[in-house]
Amino acid sequence: MRVRLRFTKLGKVRWTSHRDVARMWERALRRTSLPVALTGGFTPRPKVSFGLALPTGHESVAEYLDVELATAALDVDSLPARLSPALPRGLDVTGAAVIDDRTPSLQEAVSSCTWELEAVGAPQDEVTDLVRRALAAGSIIITRERKGMVVTDDVRPAIVSAVVAGPPSCIVEGFVDHQPGALVVAELATHPRSLRPAELLAALHPGLREGHVRRTNQWIVCDGARREPLPRVATDAPHAEARAS
Amino acid sequence: MPSLWARIEPLLADVQKPARYIGCEDGAREPEHGPGRVAWLLMYPDTYEIGLPNQGLQILYELLNERADAVAERAYAPWLDMEAKLRERQVPLFSLETHRAARDFDVLAFNISAELVYTNILNCIDLAGLPVRAAERTGADPLVIAGGHCTFNPEPLADFVDAFVIGDGEEVIGELTDALRGWRERPRHEVLCQLAGIPGVYVPSLYDVVYDGPALVAVAPRDAGVPAVVEKRTIADLAAWPYPSQQLVPLTEVVHDRLNVEVFRGCTRGCRFCQAGMITRPVRERPAEQVRHMVASGLEHTGYDEVSLTSLSTADFSGIESLVGDLCSADIAVALPSLRVDAFTVGIASEIQKVRRTGLTFAPEGGTWRMRRVINKLITEEDLFGAIESAFSQGWRRVKLYFLIGLPTETDEDVLGIAELAKRCAQIGRGHVRGATVAVSVGGFVPKPQTPFQWAAQDSVATLRHKIGLLQDALRGVRGVQLRWHDPRATLAEGIASRGDRRLGAVIEDVWRAGGTFQEWSEQFDLDRWAAAMERNGLSIEWYVNRERPRDEVLPWAHISAGLHADFLWQDWQDALAEDVVEDCRWTPCYDCGACTGFGIEHVVASATPPAGGSQGTGQPLPVAVTLGPVRSSLGAARP
Repeated sequence: MRVRLRFTKLGKVRWTSHRDVARMWERALRRTSLPVALTGGFTPRPKVSFGLALPTGHESVAEYLDVELATAALDVDSLPARLSPALPRGLDVTGAAVIDDRTPSLQEAVSSCTWELEAVGAPQDEVTDLVRRALAAGSIIITRERKGMVVTDDVRPAIVSAVVAGPPSCIVEGFVDHQPGALVVAELATHPRSLRPAELLAALHPGLREGHVRRTNQWIVCDGARREPLPRVATDAPHAEARAS
Repeated sequence: MPSLWARIEPLLADVQKPARYIGCEDGAREPEHGPGRVAWLLMYPDTYEIGLPNQGLQILYELLNERADAVAERAYAPWLDMEAKLRERQVPLFSLETHRAARDFDVLAFNISAELVYTNILNCIDLAGLPVRAAERTGADPLVIAGGHCTFNPEPLADFVDAFVIGDGEEVIGELTDALRGWRERPRHEVLCQLAGIPGVYVPSLYDVVYDGPALVAVAPRDAGVPAVVEKRTIADLAAWPYPSQQLVPLTEVVHDRLNVEVFRGCTRGCRFCQAGMITRPVRERPAEQVRHMVASGLEHTGYDEVSLTSLSTADFSGIESLVGDLCSADIAVALPSLRVDAFTVGIASEIQKVRRTGLTFAPEGGTWRMRRVINKLITEEDLFGAIESAFSQGWRRVKLYFLIGLPTETDEDVLGIAELAKRCAQIGRGHVRGATVAVSVGGFVPKPQTPFQWAAQDSVATLRHKIGLLQDALRGVRGVQLRWHDPRATLAEGIASRGDRRLGAVIEDVWRAGGTFQEWSEQFDLDRWAAAMERNGLSIEWYVNRERPRDEVLPWAHISAGLHADFLWQDWQDALAEDVVEDCRWTPCYDCGACTGFGIEHVVASATPPAGGSQGTGQPLPVAVTLGPVRSSLGAARP
């Protein structure tokens, strides 16, 4: 059976890489003795597939992975409580559900993500103005690096929405060193061209620096409707935020 | 005591591998500091990924945190980018668990496993906000204590370290903690005198050093009650110390990223170049049952799928075959570092590496039988070729061979012997696998204190280059052989620090002040800094490194004892020059090197017979026959 899990990446652990998180999951799955299906061949690996990589240093309450289990009899609702203690502090499983074998992979299916990001380097009203102008623009051309190549792109289509939600949130106290800034909430596309939070800021104004960033949602568009890879239901573990702080 | 995290975190977005600085490992403790608790900051003076796996520090970390009167946290040397940011923002060196300033601890305790990290120790002390020189530190400053293999010649670091701990740390760490309770209320000098009274503890500031021109005359205690010779500490029984029991599992990649279980400590193969084998005697095996238990519980709590059975020569563990047989399963990989060179060992390796057959490494060390008799590494060509034959016939495609060049009495012929062996091995390989590869790694020999070669002359950079050139010429265009070598300039710097005396302190400080940190990293290493510092301080590299030392010379480490009798070491040196060999005393009668007799301890070895298949130094005649009880050697005269 195929299981989709949602988990957080909060607190100090956000300074680990996507690859590091993959290894943490491999160890956690072994520690909990879940019957994970293995790939064939000379070096069998657990059949686990991760969604979009989260840049090192960013937090998230919306990470996902799909695990293939070599069993049909398993209480999926018990997985968050089983797995969270086997993961480092800050990684908490907040949702689990069985998914169909034909469900497209996370990498294919997710088309946009919502981010909370601190823009540091300008007062809130200036950032508000920069966001308004960006949304009004027909195109925003930036030069950026992609796979070692310098490319010039119009990133305006990748900005689904953006709004200044207030002053810097101080998600972690003391993080911004009392610099001027604003909390931006933005939905950025991952297909066909992706836009990273840092690139959004560069597109708004070269003088803005990225402060604290948190991914709050990943979105799948299906038959015209937008939904998350797992519905937010009662299996969400309420202790997750508290444990990570 | 405030956490520095809020000042550290803003730096992390702009440094490489920020996970080096967050802690959060599985198995890490978050100890509560308090007035009645001696706070230890355990430090490894290299990067996180090199330092975290260090088993010695992990053992002490657990032992200290188990005590009601101690807390222990960890720190590693910040990489250059982080160091620059710490200095720019004036953030001091910090602990990983509670991100507390290093100088809020009672003790900064360093593990020192290699000479080229010496400058990093000074850098860490400086980043902690302490004067690097012990004499300039005052009552308010933490104590700087160091342990590890390099402390068997502590003199080059004597100006910077308050107290050295010689030998096994398991027992003495508790005695130090007892002595340090409430230490800040007593004068610093009184505390240091008290520490000097603990067996195995060397407080260099309580000793006078007397020179006559370049020659060292004596390192002698100034006061009564301070020992003239500091004897190493040795735990009698590894079974009493089943640590680490909660191995730290890092969140990011490190070296040796697997479960590590120490199966024995000490080695009596008697390789004359090997400092570890000389200073860790006798052999103390962990009971097989305890090993099984530590492996099972370790895998369960870490989630690792690989375990390494660590020691200086794991194939020598009594009953290694049945142990490995028990541990092997479909989803657990077993690694044996330090393989012996013979077909039996390859048999074990092939048993455990059924799935992931990556590479096999053997260390014949010397290119000719003559050379190997000099160094007492008694691998015959039959052993080596047998091992190579079975490795390639059992599916390995690549075998690594380690050699030393610059060994005492070495001739060009001995060096070319390395090329000959490599060619033969590649040839054997091609008989079994297409594209069989033999990777030859050549390191320059650095004579080490407390070994029979402590009097030997180290080869100059030019001589080592000549020898590498011989190998390059001999192996140019040879199919299936790859040659790699260690930079002879780094070998020279290691040599300067290895057998230096207290005058080297000024050199180490100069190299550090000139920016020479992370000297183990080739991109950071620069011999010119060392050469300039030696010259500035009026010291001769030739005198310290390239000169053979006479028997009557006072060696800088003469007041530190690994238990080995000076006349044993000298005799073994003479035997080496005469190409005479010595057997492994685990299985043959004691020749009284001093390591057991001096301390009233003995080998703890479950089996009275050597393992099958290994002729090397076991005292067995060739071809190998396994018999009960000690066997006389056909290789050389038994020692009276």
